[in-house]
Amino acid sequence: MFRFSGLRRNLCVMCVPLLAGLVASACGSAWNDPYPGEERGANVLYTAFTERPKHLDPVQSYTEDEITFTAQIYEPPLQYHYLKRPYTLIPLTSEAVPVPRYFDAGGRELPADAPAAAIAVSVYEIRIRPGIRYQPHPAFALDAAGEPRYQASDREQLRGIEKLSDFAHSGSRELTADDYIYEIKRLAHPRLHSPIFSMMAERIVGLRELGAALQEEAKKLPASAWIDLDRFPLAGVSRVDRHTYRISLHGKYPQFVYWLAMPFFAPVPREVDRFYHQPGMAEKNLTLDWYPVGTGPFMLTQNNPNSRMVLERNPNFHGETYPCEGDPGDAAAGLLADCGKPLPFIEQAVYAREKESIPYWNKFLQGYYDASGISSDSFDQAVRLAVGGDVQLSDEMRDKGISLLTSVRASIFYMGFNMLDPVVGGLGEQATKLRQALSIAIDQEEFVSIFMNGRGIPATSPLPPGIFGYIDGREGINPVVYDWVDGRAQRKPLAEAKRLLAEAGWPNGRNASSGEPLVLNLDTTTGGMGEKSRLDWLTRQFARLDIQLVVRSTDFNRFQEKIRKGAVQLYYLGWNADYPDPENFLFLLAGSEGKVAKAGENASNYANPEFDRLFEQMKNLESEGPRGAERLAIIRQAIALLQHDAPWIYGFHPKSYTLGQVWLHNRKPTDVGNNILKYQRIDVAERQRLRQEWNRPVLWPLALLAVLLLVLVLPAAIGYRRRERGTAR
Amino acid sequence: MLAYIARRLLYALPILIGVNLITFALFFVVNTPDDMARMQLGVKRVTPEAIDRWKAERGYDKPLFFNDEASGGAMLTETIFFSKSARMFVGDFGRAEDGRDIAREIVSRMGPSLAIALPTFIIGLLVSVSFALLLTFFRATYLDFWGVVLCVAMMSISGLFYIIGGQYLISKLWKLVPISGYGGGLDAWKFVILPVLIGVVSGIGSSTRWYRTIFIEEIARDYVRTARAKGLAEAAVLFRHVLRNALIPILTGVVVVIPLLFMGSLLTESFFGIPGLGSYTIDAINAQDFAVVRAMVFIGSLLYIAGLILTDLSYTFVDPRIRFN
Repeated sequence: MFRFSGLRRNLCVMCVPLLAGLVASACGSAWNDPYPGEERGANVLYTAFTERPKHLDPVQSYTEDEITFTAQIYEPPLQYHYLKRPYTLIPLTSEAVPVPRYFDAGGRELPADAPAAAIAVSVYEIRIRPGIRYQPHPAFALDAAGEPRYQASDREQLRGIEKLSDFAHSGSRELTADDYIYEIKRLAHPRLHSPIFSMMAERIVGLRELGAALQEEAKKLPASAWIDLDRFPLAGVSRVDRHTYRISLHGKYPQFVYWLAMPFFAPVPREVDRFYHQPGMAEKNLTLDWYPVGTGPFMLTQNNPNSRMVLERNPNFHGETYPCEGDPGDAAAGLLADCGKPLPFIEQAVYAREKESIPYWNKFLQGYYDASGISSDSFDQAVRLAVGGDVQLSDEMRDKGISLLTSVRASIFYMGFNMLDPVVGGLGEQATKLRQALSIAIDQEEFVSIFMNGRGIPATSPLPPGIFGYIDGREGINPVVYDWVDGRAQRKPLAEAKRLLAEAGWPNGRNASSGEPLVLNLDTTTGGMGEKSRLDWLTRQFARLDIQLVVRSTDFNRFQEKIRKGAVQLYYLGWNADYPDPENFLFLLAGSEGKVAKAGENASNYANPEFDRLFEQMKNLESEGPRGAERLAIIRQAIALLQHDAPWIYGFHPKSYTLGQVWLHNRKPTDVGNNILKYQRIDVAERQRLRQEWNRPVLWPLALLAVLLLVLVLPAAIGYRRRERGTAR
Repeated sequence: MLAYIARRLLYALPILIGVNLITFALFFVVNTPDDMARMQLGVKRVTPEAIDRWKAERGYDKPLFFNDEASGGAMLTETIFFSKSARMFVGDFGRAEDGRDIAREIVSRMGPSLAIALPTFIIGLLVSVSFALLLTFFRATYLDFWGVVLCVAMMSISGLFYIIGGQYLISKLWKLVPISGYGGGLDAWKFVILPVLIGVVSGIGSSTRWYRTIFIEEIARDYVRTARAKGLAEAAVLFRHVLRNALIPILTGVVVVIPLLFMGSLLTESFFGIPGLGSYTIDAINAQDFAVVRAMVFIGSLLYIAGLILTDLSYTFVDPRIRFN
């Protein structure tokens, strides 16, 4: 007879720890709590990320997934005020926001209002506050003689070292101007591929030459060798004293200060770079790209981008206080309640990887994430549209005390025309009228309502709300597309579009001379769910003008290639602002940025000399100060030109909707300021209480399962006994 | 037997080269080195010079298969295919495009993959075989009929439905285990229960039907009649004789997948946030990281070949008549 006793014993052995775990969990916290018991009641913020960051080296990181982390660790000289809108630059590690000094070609200093053409060099002098220290790190560890401990290790000495915490010693030191200079030099490092190198090489004096010199040096050395950047001079960046440095730019570039608020210009100490380049470090994934070193309020202590990344409070943080000023309404919203309190409020932030939206959303509802966006799957569960288009939280969300924050993002999605195309391109009257007709016919309001759940506002120009030059109300409408009726913008009737189409030489969608139907091709990337319905909707919009739309879906790479070669007629693209300045949107239509001719960012290849002239004028003026009005007037002229020429069908500016738990405080939506973690505050006791309340395990299904199993097993057992005891028939 | 294994390993070499060649060709039909560079460098403010530098640094500036500018053997070796493939045969998988060491990453992700795949495999096998034996015991009764109907119903439902349904019921409604995530050490068990349960349940239908067919076929043989004739209990007949004699077809399907358990499950790992090799592969495909895709396909092929060899070897253990000559 087959013996079950051994198997039974093994099963019991396996079950004991399982049951013990269940009991332990039941005693301590909710059964479905995904966090370790030791974190219970701790001042930890829990959130999630969907895409793993590729780079955490400040010279490379550029995407939102990356800056979410780097902005909490690295400190560039400037930052954005957390509460004030429009976005305002304030010092972070610097003593003040630098004011450029201008010099002509002969080296003579020019007044602040000197014409841009006369300015040969702009000099930004940045003074860092003394006493700022780096997070503890083995790169700073010194031995008894005051020499670095870990700067010349070999593979043998690294045996047993798998992560940074395996180093027995760590240290810290004061932030100096040299660290900022070192990082600026790193922009030119040929092996780091900084995305802004080419652009900055046009601006920072000597950066291009440094890049060439480093390229030559890199060729002589093995791929993993360290290049000591201190050996290579950078003409445009100089050290004034221990805490002061100067950056010289070619010409005038007022937008440069915005770059000084990005991690690209954060400090990287030379010894840290050297530390990570020791032999054997890269093989253990110990690189600056993986383990950042900064002076910010947090430091990365766990980096497993496949599942969990942890930021912990930097014990050496120099200290900062919560702002006491904000926008009107911030006080009423409780955003000034923590005025003057030391930052950061939280001890730790845990970022868990959630690749799928369903688990992410459900964990948020269970209280295991402190904040969440709203995916299209969960939109109806989270919010409802009231009469009049107002967005309100659903009853379920309100009952939980969840709050909703909405803001229009500094982004635009648009349908572009390739201005090199013989049918839709060019600045001729007929092609312009064709583009204008299409701009009217494609109903963006309907698109936003159907496909975005109302999460966007139709665009009237490239500039989104909140950016200098954006005008709301009657003066801000696109007169080609809208009329102002009864105090609001109303899309022109389809008859107007048909009239323009006829004047363009395509009456009823047919060529006036040959009778050929007008067929337009839209290039787009293969989308996910809902893409087909979006494209069907778009085809119907074109059909209203009797125009046939052919959709050419392709993968992202092929799409990019077509754009680069100008082999498209119409295309869909979007742009997120790098910084809150109109230059960062209008340059997308500058002739100097033409995609085909200059490999720039102007995918429409729009080139209107008048617009280019206005753009050049505008970009060299500051929004603040005496010439702000002049700048605004130029922007208005430029926008009027764009609205007439219609190189884009201005689609929409997306609105971001984020939900926050009742215990999460000091949240304000921001698009360009990324170092926001330090302002967040959590009521830990409240979170713990509500988590327990929301997550009481439901046990009757377990009992039901046991009964069901019994119901199934019992007849089988009875049948077995009966058969075994039965006699042969 | 050693000679047999050595021979099979030698056969594996051309298979691995072929798989590598096909992977390479398929990958580069869809993605050019330019595409890879753009994917890694991003789409904002990327210049053609930056792309050229990226390609040159990683050796993607060479021809794909044949370098007509080189001479002699270098015409084949100075190519992307050779430079990227040759080192894998000595176990050097190189670095992912984000700079991480692939071998180290694979080792660190193997644990989470196995934590899900191994219990799912073992429990699934035990449950399916037991259920199939039960149905065989009650063959041609209502229990058998409804059992088969249940199996057909279970195998007709999509795996995604089991995952989403399981997460909804067990984690969201009943709040018994975390809905997703993974923890190391002793914390892992609470994250493993749900994916394992779903993995077992979703696999019961098809495997039970398969094993039932094998057992029913086996039970009609003469030796079973003999065993019954000499008075053995039905359980003894099934477990001691039928199960043992049905092992060869079972092993054919089962042993081959054992090494592949290391590779993890693409769907399960993605939905449950398990940082295993399945999600590593998916991430690499999405990121057009050829180095990782190539390494994972190579390892998958290697493990599959190992599985086939193990299957052959296992026959000798369950059937003493089989010998490798």
